[in-house]
Amino acid sequence: MIEFHLDGRSGVAPYMQLIQQVRQAMRLGLLREGDRLPTIKDVVAKLTINPNTVLKAYRELEYEGLVTARPGVGTFIARTLNEEAAAVEPLREELRGWLRRARAAGLDPESIEALFATTFRAQLQESA
Amino acid sequence: MTQAVLQAEGLTKRYGRRVALADCTLDVPPGRVVGLVGPNGAGKTTLLQLAVGMLTPTAGRITVLGDRPGAGPVQLAKVGFVAQDAPTYANLSVEDHLRFGAHTNPRWDQTLADERTAQLGLDPRQKAGRLSGGQRAQLALTMAIAKRPDLLILDEPVASLDPIARREFLSGLMAYTAEHRTSVILSSHLVSDLERVCDHLIVLTASRVRVAGDVDELMGTHYRLTGARRDAADLPAGAEVIEHSAAGRQSTFVVRSVVPIDDPSLSVEQLTLEDLVLAYLSRTAAPHRPELETAR
Repeated sequence: MIEFHLDGRSGVAPYMQLIQQVRQAMRLGLLREGDRLPTIKDVVAKLTINPNTVLKAYRELEYEGLVTARPGVGTFIARTLNEEAAAVEPLREELRGWLRRARAAGLDPESIEALFATTFRAQLQESA
Repeated sequence: MTQAVLQAEGLTKRYGRRVALADCTLDVPPGRVVGLVGPNGAGKTTLLQLAVGMLTPTAGRITVLGDRPGAGPVQLAKVGFVAQDAPTYANLSVEDHLRFGAHTNPRWDQTLADERTAQLGLDPRQKAGRLSGGQRAQLALTMAIAKRPDLLILDEPVASLDPIARREFLSGLMAYTAEHRTSVILSSHLVSDLERVCDHLIVLTASRVRVAGDVDELMGTHYRLTGARRDAADLPAGAEVIEHSAAGRQSTFVVRSVVPIDDPSLSVEQLTLEDLVLAYLSRTAAPHRPELETAR
């Protein structure tokens, strides 16, 4: 089971935060196929948010094929997302190496973050 | 239920010469949690009392769930109302309140009332006058939802509550709407109270509706633009200026635009709901400022 939280200062829409938290938990293996998501009523009562916000997040997750809604029963995780785990570790190693080189080149953590973020966004735009 | 929850056309309420609500036109779709926001004295209570039939319009028209507010017993049973400061009878116990509700409401749901009082830890024999502000508000809400209305109207329900009671009240309300899909209209002079609970917003200032719509749609059509100092007239076509300020070489605008703003000389930002409302509030506070600046 996942426990949602909202970051009011992140600038990310609440429904998107819920989606990201489910995806993240799936990637980390905290949510696996067959696990049940909290009911809309429970999420709404815990976070004091509009029911449609949760509904929208769950619908989007369903559309992406990550969850299945069984009316009257609940919303369930439809698959396990750690197939990519094998690919993650070598990538993490490469990134670590890159970070070490950036530090060695004299960049401070903030500059490294900015460099990564701008390059990442530019790359996304190119491929879009 | 696809019928509009509230429709108003040219709705106006005057007290002698004083205009409490002017030319109000609204169309609120069903299944929404509507936030009615505006400063104190803007006309929020007047609008809500017109919607429940406690006031009659001076001019214009209002229908609630397809009928005239307060038109008869059927209409009264469909609308639950909690007035400002959640009034209760100080000398009556919690139990007495519920018994009174059961006698006066044809659709009364005693199971729901009992469940809620137990959940809230309200002692049925306690006199309402001895409850805390938060408990009194919860009792008033319990009365309003146990009549199983199709529309729940709450006037400043959390204004007098401390932050914890406020949160408990709103999360109880949200849990109820999640389960029963009741439409809700609630007013507040603080946007922050409503930001996460509402999916439809009405901004009311100085007795007029300034903007109304689904929150997603409002968020997707309002932008903050910053760039080199310029006149509002030089903004991309279709952008309606809500707020404009200038400092040194920089101009900042809050605009409403149905088409995305695509102007490389401007930096375009999303607004928070609070900033969006504030832009409309400051626009009415100083309506002529932008024009004066262009005239100079």
